[in-house]
Amino acid sequence: MPSCNEPLIPQVGVITAITEQTPDVRTFRIEKPEGGKLFLHQPGQCAMIGVPGAGEAMFSITSSPTQEDYQEFSIKRCGSLTDVLHALEPGDCVTVRGPYGNAFPVDTALKGKNLLFIAGGIGLAPLRSVIRYAMDRREEYGTIQIVYGARSKEDLVDLAEIETMWKNQPDVHVYLTIDRPQEGWDGHVGFVPDYVRELPVDLSQTVLVCGPPIMIKFVLAALTDLGYRKDQVYTTLELRMKCGIGKCGRCNIGGKYVCKDGPVFRCDEIGELPDEY
Amino acid sequence: MKKLEKDRLSAFLQQIGEEMPLFVPVQKEEGAVFTRWSPEVTPQLGAVRTVRSPKDLFFPQCEALYTLKTEQGKLQIAPQKRAEEPFAVFGMRGCDARALQVLDQVFLTEPVDTFYKARRENGVLLTLACRRPDTACFCTVFQNDPADPLGDVCLVEGDTCFFLMAKTEKGQAFLDRFASFLTPCEEPDENACRKEQANIRAIAARLPLRDLSLEGWGPGQTDARFSDPRWDTLSKNCLGCGTCTFVCPVCQCYDLHDYDTGHGVIHYRCWDSCMYEDFTRMSAGNNRPTRMQRYRQRFMHKLVYGPENNNGMYGCVGCGRCVVKCPSSLHIVQVLRKMRKEEEHAKL
Repeated sequence: MPSCNEPLIPQVGVITAITEQTPDVRTFRIEKPEGGKLFLHQPGQCAMIGVPGAGEAMFSITSSPTQEDYQEFSIKRCGSLTDVLHALEPGDCVTVRGPYGNAFPVDTALKGKNLLFIAGGIGLAPLRSVIRYAMDRREEYGTIQIVYGARSKEDLVDLAEIETMWKNQPDVHVYLTIDRPQEGWDGHVGFVPDYVRELPVDLSQTVLVCGPPIMIKFVLAALTDLGYRKDQVYTTLELRMKCGIGKCGRCNIGGKYVCKDGPVFRCDEIGELPDEY
Repeated sequence: MKKLEKDRLSAFLQQIGEEMPLFVPVQKEEGAVFTRWSPEVTPQLGAVRTVRSPKDLFFPQCEALYTLKTEQGKLQIAPQKRAEEPFAVFGMRGCDARALQVLDQVFLTEPVDTFYKARRENGVLLTLACRRPDTACFCTVFQNDPADPLGDVCLVEGDTCFFLMAKTEKGQAFLDRFASFLTPCEEPDENACRKEQANIRAIAARLPLRDLSLEGWGPGQTDARFSDPRWDTLSKNCLGCGTCTFVCPVCQCYDLHDYDTGHGVIHYRCWDSCMYEDFTRMSAGNNRPTRMQRYRQRFMHKLVYGPENNNGMYGCVGCGRCVVKCPSSLHIVQVLRKMRKEEEHAKL
């Protein structure tokens, strides 16, 4: 739930740092004007970010709740608002309201489990929140396996952090892949769903999948073939949103509102929704 | 029960209108329209159906939520004030009052829409039983009683007077406040009122749309209804104009936008329509790109998804506005008729 009593009225946020991740993805660090976090959130939740005059859109929060000083949003430039966002600089103000939606069940169903994260492209953004959360509370989770792919090496978000930090964590295995061979890349080449089929299978894992819809579709098929049950796989849905509180009607699928009842769904729950996402 | 002699109606409305904003149906070129009372307007209480419902008074077609200004390099957010002034709506129909109950399920559940809530708390609904429900009316299908409308005060029109019944504390307080215009009812009055109500129910029982069936709709019917091939046939001639959503007293979908005034930005809310192609479009794609999907969404929302979320309340109150206004006659009555559960798909 939003931290203020007025769900449609945002707070002012200040961009305090911008990291250029890829040619079209930037990570924005956002804080209160006087410093500090705008609100508390759970991994997987989203927030509405707005630029005065340009409008608002929903973005997943990529930083972990364990990051106590600020929130981060990794945003791909792919539309009118994100064009404007990418033109902003540190010190610029935005409007922020949230957090919205449900979260990955980090303190219940995921606790103590071996975790398999599967991400494609900007789909790493919501999963990074969980990954960093699990790394900061390492003793509360089992093994962590991360499969992450993008079109090219340049399109891998958070690559520096993955190389310097994630890979050095105890019991964390990172498998990177890119779609096509490329000079200077001696890692795996191929699509994420195919790579998932090649990797060692551990059916005790709870799986978290996020990426482009087409990737999710083929990853879910691969997981089913490998023997994972639908109720051990979580993914997120993304639909057009405006209000963020389940009232404007936009992200409605069946009786659910993705902004309120999602964005995180267990795959057996998704199976119950009408096929319109 | 109280009564108001018809020759005191003008004085009654005048007194209310002088004490608070009062909205009454007034005949305009396009039909009866809820209009702010003034000594110059003549209420049109005979029209069973205003062009639009008084939904606007609680959920305006367009309203500012906050303004954004940058002062000395700092972005400032100034929320719009909520409604604080009591107001009254006179001559509202029971179907439209019921529509507000459905909207309450949406806007007054957590997180509460404070803009809507303020208007609901300040508004007094004086509803009028429908002496002449017409051939496009089907409110009884959705459990409304046109002879005993919902509202804070319900009025039944008799030959020489109106009978008034308070239905809520707010309504009782309102009647107490304007008691000088009212007289107590004796037994003959109560009998006369009951007779009027019986007449209304007798008309309602003869209306052509009275026997529409909701069988096979409601919570839990998604699987049975979503893949029905009759959505394709039904939606074929839909123009996607969205008229149905704009005249509907229950439709609630809205958009949020920024408007740059040159001196700041107004963030406003306005009605939107699920019948429009760009309603769900985003840079990653559109999950309802076809007209059939949008048409299906509107009716599934009213007849299945809505009842699932709103304690069984349907997203239709049978006011008949879409029946009258849809240019292709592809309104909810057609859906209920042509998608009857017992009919074979092939029969259409």
